[in-house]
Amino acid sequence: MTQTTTTVTGAPAHTGSRGSRIVGILAAVGAVALLVFALVLSPADEIQGEAVRLLYLHVPAAIGMYGAVILLGVSSAMWLRRRTRGWDVLGAASAEVGLVFTGLTLMTGMLWGRPTWGVYWVWDARLTTTAMLAILLAGYLALRRVPASEESRARRAAIAGLLVVVDLPLIHYSVNWWRTLHQDATISTTDVKIDGLMLFTLFLGMVVAGLVLTWLLIHRFRLAWLEAEIEEGGLDRALAERRAEAEVSA
Amino acid sequence: MLADARLVAGKDLRIERRARVATNQVAPFALLVLVLFAFALDPDRGILDRATAGLYWVAVLLSTVLAVQRAYALEAADGVPDALRLSGLDPAAVFLGKSAALGLQLLVLEALLLVGVTVLYTTELAGPALLAATCLAATVGLAAAGSLYGVLAAGLRVRETLLPLLLLPVVAPVLIGATRAFEAALAGAPGDGWPWCGLLAIFAAIYVAFGMLAFGPLMEEL
Amino acid sequence: MINEGYVVAGYLITFLGLGAYAAWILVRGRRLSAKVPEERRRWM
Repeated sequence: MTQTTTTVTGAPAHTGSRGSRIVGILAAVGAVALLVFALVLSPADEIQGEAVRLLYLHVPAAIGMYGAVILLGVSSAMWLRRRTRGWDVLGAASAEVGLVFTGLTLMTGMLWGRPTWGVYWVWDARLTTTAMLAILLAGYLALRRVPASEESRARRAAIAGLLVVVDLPLIHYSVNWWRTLHQDATISTTDVKIDGLMLFTLFLGMVVAGLVLTWLLIHRFRLAWLEAEIEEGGLDRALAERRAEAEVSA
Repeated sequence: MLADARLVAGKDLRIERRARVATNQVAPFALLVLVLFAFALDPDRGILDRATAGLYWVAVLLSTVLAVQRAYALEAADGVPDALRLSGLDPAAVFLGKSAALGLQLLVLEALLLVGVTVLYTTELAGPALLAATCLAATVGLAAAGSLYGVLAAGLRVRETLLPLLLLPVVAPVLIGATRAFEAALAGAPGDGWPWCGLLAIFAAIYVAFGMLAFGPLMEEL
Repeated sequence: MINEGYVVAGYLITFLGLGAYAAWILVRGRRLSAKVPEERRRWM
């Protein structure tokens, strides 16, 4: 498909920019602050002990995960409306970054669960849905990697992306209903007596997660855009165009 | 639109009747799954009895994946998708027709599996009304999701491995709901199961609605 | 593993993992940028 792109003259040979650098620095500073607060300044929990410190990663990771998934849904829907490459590429970036955050959510959740509940895993609604999300995103990314024309791939991905988002509440609701029937109460990770400093650290964590998510998305988006450019043979076309121009002017 | 849907469904069923994929390949596979479960779970230890509902629906789900794969492989070989696109039929009607055809095949498979568990697992089919309603509601959802993903993965050479990965997580709620409903029926407490059947109906409605909307864009390139 | 062990493991894996992912994106970004002519490198 012929793409009329708004292009920038003289873009550098990397995916960075002033905007991304600012976000990156803020994220890095925030991460250091988070480490200090999470590991040193904030107190251990009365019941959970040191394990509570993992929540300062787990909850923010989950927030990042939700953000990425929402973005996947929005960009999938927008592609179906507008059919521009930008939305398709945004979907790809959101899904991959989202999968990373989902993995982190699961990992930190399991490492928190072991000392707290005694087990790495319980089949409650939230954990189960998160595990299913990981599989759904992996499937979406696998679908994107199947060789096809850009338009064809974007179309399938958009539908599949919407299905991921639509299916998530269905899975959560059915698992929740199923598990509460068995009197396995949804063990909430927020069963923490939150003291002021802990609350602040949690909030700081969420802000840092947002910054990290943004930074990763900016770069992953640009990377995916480059991949699409190369794949579509935009390079070949540009060379051919320039050759044609040279012939005309010669 | 219903007339068009019936047209498409009829065509699909006629293709199936000639190719006999469901009868020759999927049905034996479904029964094979039941047998394998018996091997794995040892009929004498009572696990099989307690797990019958779940095993039944896992067998149905796996058979659904097979049925969808074969249905679209057959079609692609005959160049049907292009014909459908050029025919000018309303995509929603095409979706309904395809889902209906797939659904009918699944219902036959489920009936066969019911006979299977009755014989192989010596299950007593209590609560027949709930069992039937559950099969119906679950099948509509499975058929809709199956048709949707079948088209989504159509024409891709990695369809065989990709389709299960895409389809099964999406129909996981159907597995949860249908199993709970069957458990209630078989345990003689259908009152507990009817709400799950209702949930299945809601899922079915959502998948059908989505399919009707999504088939338009998907058919653009078939 | 006593509680501290889990915490350390969690933080290590998180930061190292995210760092590795970020580095991977940046490296690939540089490599691909070199292959694409300047005008077509960015969306906006």
